Amino acid sequence: MKSEKQKDILGRIREALKIPAPIAHVAHRQTASSLPQPRAWLPPVPPDQAGQLAMFERNCEQLRTEFCPARGIDEAGRVAKGLREKYGWSLAASHHQVELDAVVRALGIETLYMEDHPAQTELEKCSVGITACDALVAQTGSILLTARSAGGRALSVLPPHHLVVAQINQLVADLPAAFELLAARYDGNYPSFATFITGPSRTGDIERILVFGAHGPRMLTVILVQ
Amino acid sequence: MLSSFAARFKARATRLTADLEHRVKIRSALESYEKARDERKALFQDWEAAREGAAAIKWEAVNHLDAYLVRFVEKLESRGAKVFWAGNAEEARDYIVALAKEKGARSIIKSKSMTSEEIHLNESLRQAGCEVVESDLGEFIVQLREEDPYHIVFPAMHLTRTEISDLFHEKLHSTPTDNPEELTMIARRELRLKYLRADIGISGANFGIAETGMISITENEGNARLTTAIPRVHVALMGIEKVIPKLSDLALFLPMLATAGTGQQITCYNSLIGGPRQPDEADGPAEFHLVLLDNGRTQLLADAEQRDALHCIRCGACLNACPIFRNVGGHTYGTTYQGPIGSVITPHLRGLMDWKHLSYASSLCGACTEACPVKIDLHHHLLHNRRNSVTQNPDRWERFAFRAFARLTAHPGLLDKLVRLSRPFLPLVRAARHIMPPPIKAWLGSRELPPVAPQSFRNYWKSR
Repeated sequence: MKSEKQKDILGRIREALKIPAPIAHVAHRQTASSLPQPRAWLPPVPPDQAGQLAMFERNCEQLRTEFCPARGIDEAGRVAKGLREKYGWSLAASHHQVELDAVVRALGIETLYMEDHPAQTELEKCSVGITACDALVAQTGSILLTARSAGGRALSVLPPHHLVVAQINQLVADLPAAFELLAARYDGNYPSFATFITGPSRTGDIERILVFGAHGPRMLTVILVQ
Repeated sequence: MLSSFAARFKARATRLTADLEHRVKIRSALESYEKARDERKALFQDWEAAREGAAAIKWEAVNHLDAYLVRFVEKLESRGAKVFWAGNAEEARDYIVALAKEKGARSIIKSKSMTSEEIHLNESLRQAGCEVVESDLGEFIVQLREEDPYHIVFPAMHLTRTEISDLFHEKLHSTPTDNPEELTMIARRELRLKYLRADIGISGANFGIAETGMISITENEGNARLTTAIPRVHVALMGIEKVIPKLSDLALFLPMLATAGTGQQITCYNSLIGGPRQPDEADGPAEFHLVLLDNGRTQLLADAEQRDALHCIRCGACLNACPIFRNVGGHTYGTTYQGPIGSVITPHLRGLMDWKHLSYASSLCGACTEACPVKIDLHHHLLHNRRNSVTQNPDRWERFAFRAFARLTAHPGLLDKLVRLSRPFLPLVRAARHIMPPPIKAWLGSRELPPVAPQSFRNYWKSR
């Protein structure tokens, strides 16, 4: 039954494609064969790490992502503790990862771990979800994470505050580099979920006026360990 | 003869073009978008080359659609996804309704999907006894109002905060407020409970990646992320034309979609989903179903001349640029896809004779073609649709009128004589314009009949 329908639709497609698209589109095809190079068209990114870091920070400011640099893992722990006091966190959720564990321990509040499969309703009650990530993208101010690197799908979107702990060597220049990194790390065995997070959740659906915290986290904080 | 769709379009358009309040609302909603879009475009090193590149990738995908679809589906199935090929809307609806029944689903949460609007999915699910809740804020608002989305990207752009506050007060018993933030929080609280209770999450897809077997979803609110993370079953609905060759193609499409669509460099969440939760992952749906929808798309594919209309990434840029859309509004079209792209593809998806009138709802100014990030030749396709409808169903009276006009203009002496003879009758035509035959009546309904000059230009030139 299923393969019947598949055959039908594929048959219609093949029949339709017997007539080639007209001349006007050939210009596109020629460009296609010479492989498009998005990097040369997208917004420019400085070549050096210092420049890229400055760009990431600038993007964070525009996007309302809170950016907290930290020299070493100990300082990252102190920064996290400061955030706990600032926002009055009482219950956290996280996942296990070497650098992350140290920061969460330093935070010193009750923490649910995704590895223990907490109920979704419990996760929803947490004041903050703390995750690692795969990469930070200077060009767009995005955080790239996957179900494997960041404790699944819900941890980074269900609690009202998302705290990301990243390392300076995770900073990449642009979107093409981020996709190269994904392929290099996971090709042949991709996680079922990956996402580019660019600022806290937002909407403009009422009179095109920007409001934060539509459905996802109202707050997004990045601690960058240098 | 006007189709009933055409008659309705005309009636609504006539009413809304005179509604100045409506026009002010749309103009002010689009003002901030235009400013942001132009700023973002300017950040690109070469926006025009990026458009060429995006068109090239889409050309490659659409013109080898069979091969890319097969690869896409094989990859997905190898990771535990169930893929259903739906020839038309009914087959897609039946599959999803049967699945809901099989799972004993009572509550379904949906993230924004124009394809689900196209197949009128919510109605079927409700009839099967399921509660269906739209989670995108704009969609949630129009669902409460029991109306269709006004715009493919901004579904509630025709409403003011006061109207939304009144709506929430009436339907959700919330305290009235004119603060957009408070209104958003009312919806957030309401929907949080729905996510946690839902048995099935239904999403659309912005792209399907053949290389890796993933769908890509672009959003700002996080509602699509919750819809695809919390319920036990995730169903994604995708048109067959959405497939692109490589994962890295998204490095171009994600920023272009955001720039053209909302004036952002990249939207808040761009998620890739390839199948259900894998064994080493902490959470995620146990089942992932993908419904691939044809529903007339292969017919459009067969029209080689207009095949590039399938390149559309549904950014809405052509709607925003269109002077007709800005005056008649989204609901006037009576279609799932409004504006220029809707006027081009609806006749293919739902019948040329019923929908040819949309090809005339255009000033042919080309603003849509210029706005399109994948370079679809929109305004020429509107002309193609006009030509096709006339070829398919020639109007004898029209043909006669144009032949007569051609003959007259070829014989200036005759034309001159006729104009002179008609002069005494013109005031009569003007006075009796309401009882004139249709084309004259329609023409004079909104135009003044100018007086005929005492002397023709030819005669003036000769006697000079």
